[in-house]
Amino acid sequence: MQEAMIKRAKELLADGTVNRVIGWKRGEFVYDSTPAVFGTADEIDAEFVFDDFTQANVSKYLVKESKKDGKILAFLKPCDTYSFNQLVKEHRIIRENVYVIGIPGGPKLDIEKIKAKGITGILNVKNVNYTLEIETLYGTEKLPFYEAISGKCADCKSKKHVVYDELIGEDGDVLDSNRFDMVEKLENMTAQERYDFWRGELSKCIRCNACRNVCPACTCENCVFDNPKSGIENKAAADSFEENMFHIIRAFHVAGRCTDCGECSRVCPQHIPLHLLNRKFIKDINSLYGEYQAGADTTSKSPLTDYRADDCEPSIVHERGVE
Amino acid sequence: MLKISADKLNSLFDAVSAKQSLYIPVDRESGSAEYRKYKSGMEMSKCLNTVRSAKDFFFPQTENLADFKMNGKNIEVIDVREECEDFVIFGVRACDARSFTILDKVFLAEPVDSYYKNRREHGTVVTMACTRPAETCFCTAFDIDPTSPEGDVAVFSDGESYFFKPNNDKGQAFIDSIADMLEDGDTAELAQVQSNTRKIMQMLPLANLSTDSFGGEKLMEHFNSEKWANLSESCIGCGTCTFVCPTCQCYDIRDFDTGNGIKRFRCWDSCMYSDFTKMAHGNPRNTQLERFRQRFMHKLVYFPANNNGEFGCVGCGRCLAKCPVSMNIVKVMKALEEK
Amino acid sequence: MQVNENFEPVIVAFCCNWCSYAGADLSGTNRLNYPANVKIIRVPCSCRVNPIFILRAFQRGADGVIICGCHPGDCHYTSGNYFTRRRITLLYSMLDFLGIERNRTRLEWVSAAEGAKFADTMNKFVEDVKKLGKNRRLEDLRCRKQ
Repeated sequence: MQEAMIKRAKELLADGTVNRVIGWKRGEFVYDSTPAVFGTADEIDAEFVFDDFTQANVSKYLVKESKKDGKILAFLKPCDTYSFNQLVKEHRIIRENVYVIGIPGGPKLDIEKIKAKGITGILNVKNVNYTLEIETLYGTEKLPFYEAISGKCADCKSKKHVVYDELIGEDGDVLDSNRFDMVEKLENMTAQERYDFWRGELSKCIRCNACRNVCPACTCENCVFDNPKSGIENKAAADSFEENMFHIIRAFHVAGRCTDCGECSRVCPQHIPLHLLNRKFIKDINSLYGEYQAGADTTSKSPLTDYRADDCEPSIVHERGVE
Repeated sequence: MLKISADKLNSLFDAVSAKQSLYIPVDRESGSAEYRKYKSGMEMSKCLNTVRSAKDFFFPQTENLADFKMNGKNIEVIDVREECEDFVIFGVRACDARSFTILDKVFLAEPVDSYYKNRREHGTVVTMACTRPAETCFCTAFDIDPTSPEGDVAVFSDGESYFFKPNNDKGQAFIDSIADMLEDGDTAELAQVQSNTRKIMQMLPLANLSTDSFGGEKLMEHFNSEKWANLSESCIGCGTCTFVCPTCQCYDIRDFDTGNGIKRFRCWDSCMYSDFTKMAHGNPRNTQLERFRQRFMHKLVYFPANNNGEFGCVGCGRCLAKCPVSMNIVKVMKALEEK
Repeated sequence: MQVNENFEPVIVAFCCNWCSYAGADLSGTNRLNYPANVKIIRVPCSCRVNPIFILRAFQRGADGVIICGCHPGDCHYTSGNYFTRRRITLLYSMLDFLGIERNRTRLEWVSAAEGAKFADTMNKFVEDVKKLGKNRRLEDLRCRKQ
């Protein structure tokens, strides 16, 4: 796949269709690729990489990149196309300035999952028939591929590209995923259990803002939490209330726009399952206002900027599920 | 050297924690480690290091500095400091131990930060020599020997026993307080373990990382480098690197209106944030490029310029492991080195 | 749960200027009783209530938050309360998901003519919150009155 992508990128650069390419750049180790913009064929030959570890969603970079001169080539995985489409819908990305090539998605590997097994000193990771052979300073370890896949890929919602100018490889379908299972499990707990669960998770937060800054739905020029005039600006959670506040408000601000790309949980240094907050909103929206997938198109009204005269009353929250 | 056998380590913890607070790294469900206050039955983590560094003990993420109360037209200032009690941090790695030396240079220089100093005086740092470094480790680039860490007491393990070596008077006092549980031990095996670890250190992917092209005298050359544009491009401007870093020491001081008074607190700040050092006229660093450059210039150029050549990085590798886009100090150093 | 008879909850009520605020007025002129625990904040429309307001109320010591607006279809601005309805449903659901007691939050439609309903609603809500006791799960300890 990497070769096909490099070949096509160089062709499009050579014929002048685009003047830049956004993709991933090889890192120090086998797993730490960085999203990067390439300007020449030489740079691409030297550093472009696409492998099991290139998880990062590059859509958000296009907010800035699409405003620069000339057209940029973006390689988007299926989940990234949803984010891209949503940003186009919100007029954050100038669609004409991006040439989108759809590429196959995951499942991608998460190095943190491998490290969590106690494997350290990792020098190389090879996928041999869905068994990972991990070469380390302390010998070779084996791990089934599916035990190391990224959380966001484990709950993959769609293999379909919702937007592209051309495809490399086959297009897939929207999947029947069980991504709401964990939300449901929490809903069936008692309020005290839910409270304890979230206190345990959110108290780990170090307020690094990685979830916010990586989120393709969080593109405000000045976030309320950075704005001294908002009255709620804070740089650190000085109290458990502020931990709750940040995550409730952040999830709320992206409700109806979150495509469930899973980047928030991927980047969290403390492994807080932040995607569950967003999924709770998605699940509620689906069940109360009809199925809705943010980013699936660029024309439909988002559930929170729309209404029906016969919508349910908020009292539904007090009546259903477990108290 | 005095030692205790590995199966008696927990009884040692019980004895220490009976007298003062003891913090040890423990495993979390998700396979990473964090420092927790020791309670009987807790197992020490086998992880190489914790996600958050040990600097939290001396420089916590938030701390209350003072309270103000309004009484008519008078403002009453309340010093909220409580006398800090003695505490022990056990299992600090060599990199984090060095980070305290770096933080000391900032907080104990005139004017002395009395909040920091107070905690520093009450804390005993018990370090643990490394035996299984990770691929992200590069402490040797900053002349740190992970097989013989700094700190008040250094602890070494040969797999069966833990050996205790005092590095200063405070360390000696700690060892004296637990001397009845220790016994004399033969260190032959230990020397073997140390030499093995040193061999592994040389095989690490970052073993040859050099700091030669950095330091105070390289200021203009690096500041004006054209590489920053490319390097900072992927940075998303979060504070992950800053907040997991054992040496980052920038903070902000804020007032919080509680509705019945004011609490003045300080909290960590990150130079990656858009409102870092924001002043009345605005922000001195308007672009992510400038903010990104600030962080690395501080560690590799400004800090050594002001501190006799000592770098502001200890090579713990946390930012390498945690950066959401895997852009880190090693990549920056290597890029700047290339001509 | 143990009910403390002496506990007097602090209730914040966001009332729409065009209906429930006038409703509160009416209940006053009709000499209907509603508890003094209720602190009314007047808003131009129920839609003005930002989720941050609700959280801030809890932060500063509220034990319950209620939003009152015009009946659906009667919004002074045509559709404000329809948006409120979706927004607040999702927010309350999220608070419930985080384990915050669900009876601490409420939304009621009260018109300017419904003075009696306003008093009833408030009486009922204060009773419900009283049963829950002091808000501890969504409290900022720094704001606790010494």
